[in-house]
Amino acid sequence: MVKKKMIAMLLAGGQGSRLGVLTADMAKPAVSFGGKYRIIDFPLSNCVNSGVDTVGVLTQYRPLQLNAHIGIGIPWDLDKRVGGVSILPPYEKTGDTGFYSGTANAIYQNLEFIERYNPDYVLILSGDHIYKMDYEEMLAYHQRMGADVTLASMPVPWEEASRFGVVITDEDKRITAFQEKPKEPKSNLASMGIYIFNWKLLHDALVTLKDVPGCDFGKHVIPYCFEQNKKLYTYEFTGYWKDVGTLSSYWQANMELVDLVPEFNLYEEFWKIYTETNTMTPEYMAPTAKAERAIICGGSEIFGTVSHSVIGSNVQIGEGSVIEDSIIMEGVRIGKNVRMKKAIVADNTVIGDGTVIGEGEYAPSHLDTRVYNSELATIAANSRIPGGVSIGLNTAISGATEESDYPNGRLEDGGYIIKAGEKA
Amino acid sequence: MKALGIILAGGNNKRLKELSRRRAIAAMPVAGSFRAIDFVLSNMSHSGIGTVAVITQYSSRSLNEHLNSSKWWDFGRKQGGMYLLNPTITPESNDWYRGTADAIAQNLDFLYKRHEPYVVIAPGDGIYKMDYNDVMDFHSAHDADITVVCKDMPANTDVSRFGVVRTDESGRITDWEEKPIATDYRTISTGIYVIRRRLLISLMEQCVEMDWTDFVRDVIMRQKNVKNIMAYRMNSYWTNISTIPAYYAANMDFLKPEVRRHFFYDDPQVQTKVDDYAPAKYNPGANVTNSLIANGVILNGEVDSSIIFRKAYVGNGCRIHNSILFADSYISDNVVLENCIVESGVNIPEGAEYRGIPDNIRIIAE
Repeated sequence: MVKKKMIAMLLAGGQGSRLGVLTADMAKPAVSFGGKYRIIDFPLSNCVNSGVDTVGVLTQYRPLQLNAHIGIGIPWDLDKRVGGVSILPPYEKTGDTGFYSGTANAIYQNLEFIERYNPDYVLILSGDHIYKMDYEEMLAYHQRMGADVTLASMPVPWEEASRFGVVITDEDKRITAFQEKPKEPKSNLASMGIYIFNWKLLHDALVTLKDVPGCDFGKHVIPYCFEQNKKLYTYEFTGYWKDVGTLSSYWQANMELVDLVPEFNLYEEFWKIYTETNTMTPEYMAPTAKAERAIICGGSEIFGTVSHSVIGSNVQIGEGSVIEDSIIMEGVRIGKNVRMKKAIVADNTVIGDGTVIGEGEYAPSHLDTRVYNSELATIAANSRIPGGVSIGLNTAISGATEESDYPNGRLEDGGYIIKAGEKA
Repeated sequence: MKALGIILAGGNNKRLKELSRRRAIAAMPVAGSFRAIDFVLSNMSHSGIGTVAVITQYSSRSLNEHLNSSKWWDFGRKQGGMYLLNPTITPESNDWYRGTADAIAQNLDFLYKRHEPYVVIAPGDGIYKMDYNDVMDFHSAHDADITVVCKDMPANTDVSRFGVVRTDESGRITDWEEKPIATDYRTISTGIYVIRRRLLISLMEQCVEMDWTDFVRDVIMRQKNVKNIMAYRMNSYWTNISTIPAYYAANMDFLKPEVRRHFFYDDPQVQTKVDDYAPAKYNPGANVTNSLIANGVILNGEVDSSIIFRKAYVGNGCRIHNSILFADSYISDNVVLENCIVESGVNIPEGAEYRGIPDNIRIIAE
């Protein structure tokens, strides 16, 4: 009988609506990060590097990009005879249309998948954080403490604690209380959304709670384990861990990679991050090119100036263009004499000659102030921006835009253009 | 499956000097992220060839490491796939491969067991893109016994390191000079052959019987008056890398937009083993122009008209011009390099200056 000590279930079905137009076409774990990576590469690589060779990836929101990226798991050596990576989309069953209604419900709907591997422990991960973590070490801790559930947490500044679920512990790190986004936090230990469960307990909890609407780990499963007087411990993590759930935190985390010695180092041999790529070529820097404080990925051809920016694979930047403080994702084509500052341009977008992006003054967003509340101009994947227009601060663009979409050649600060249908 | 492939990757070449000390020519790094053998492997894969035998012998460790999985070129198949044919001691033979024909003849078993009608034989060090189906079509249209892929070189090219052919008006090869010191002819053999498998088997059996060992000398040249040996002329980019100047020039060719377009962007793209290095990083002080930069490179200084392979490091205040830095080379601060090739893993100490000249590229191997 197949037996795995611990298997991982990676929750990758969420939209990540606070990334605005970046997740218009793809789930948040599929959004690119650091030029050549996608967010899901970090937990997937952590699994492989930790010796976890069986991973179920739960997808739901717009999974095409994610499916194409993961494939059969070759980049992570997860193409295995027994185990490896399995994509687990919601499915129809008798008397139920079956979408995943919550994080725990998604796992409940895949109990059969877990049972095939007969594990002792199940690791629950989410696909939206940037970090390197040894789950094997966390498991050793879990076993040492004789825990039923171990929940990874890390200290955050007190003023930010109310954004997270926080855990309150005794001196042995056993959890005594749990607060979900508390107004007055009693602890600054934030839950990272990473759990190790003894499989039997998780199984019982999910079956008992199966009729709870929107069954969720933080809201239902963890409180249930408390009620059952189970031993819940927290594993304190002190390494680099970034939530990239908002546009400004996403931008900030990318920009930290270009620091002289980045806190999150991708250049070490140890604990590599793996990703799917079809780009095998080097990048070409033209005689007119200039790049400083930047990372640039293979296949790109740079004729302009790049400063303090992250440039993805197969990007073209034309002569005379100046790109500053920006994130340019895979396959973007930027014409000549484009000026760009503080922009996020998603995959395969085309920008015409002479366009200016990110000049103006901050104004509140007309689209959604919850999502767009920084100076960033955000441009969705597969968009088209005509030449010669000017785009202000705190703006959003999605779709194939024409000159006529820009009154007087300008998208005002805080403005947006969302066009459905035709893509560049 | 119309053809199987045989790649001759066993050769050493003293004209590559120190660079071939550690590796077979087929494993020479090319264009920032490739190895020479990637070109022929990709060509075979893209031509629908499903079974490839790679014949290795000289310094094969680095080549074997590169070929550690056949999946990068889509040869990880249940049917066919990639076979590495190293020399092996058998009850019949305890020889190394004594030549190109001997290398194939020692693997006659492999040819007996296959069922493909044609064999494409190609060296592991050609830099080109080709659909071998075009050559096979030409081969059958001309009722050829052996088709040799040839290239007309521009006037004033030194062809003394090639096989030089003479053809009649039908394209049949009537004369062949192997590495002539001087000749009037400009049509050279690229070392790529198409031949029916059954004919190859009988020619190889003859080689075994007669103790002949070289494919050009003992097969092509001996058979040319009996067999219909045709020249297929290729017009697209082709070069080989068998000397230092040719190797250097082939790399520098990739700084030309038309060469990059041909190999990097036009479909089908050349495949190679995937590395997992972070994107190249340009720190303050970096000033990189007219250069190819691979993954994992960290740049702090000035680089112009150079090829930088993966994971190389260039320190502050460096000036690297017209040079090639192999993988994992480490260039400390304030180093000046002009017209140099730096071997992989070499650490150049702070402030060092090395200058070659365009006609005599300097090799820094330790």
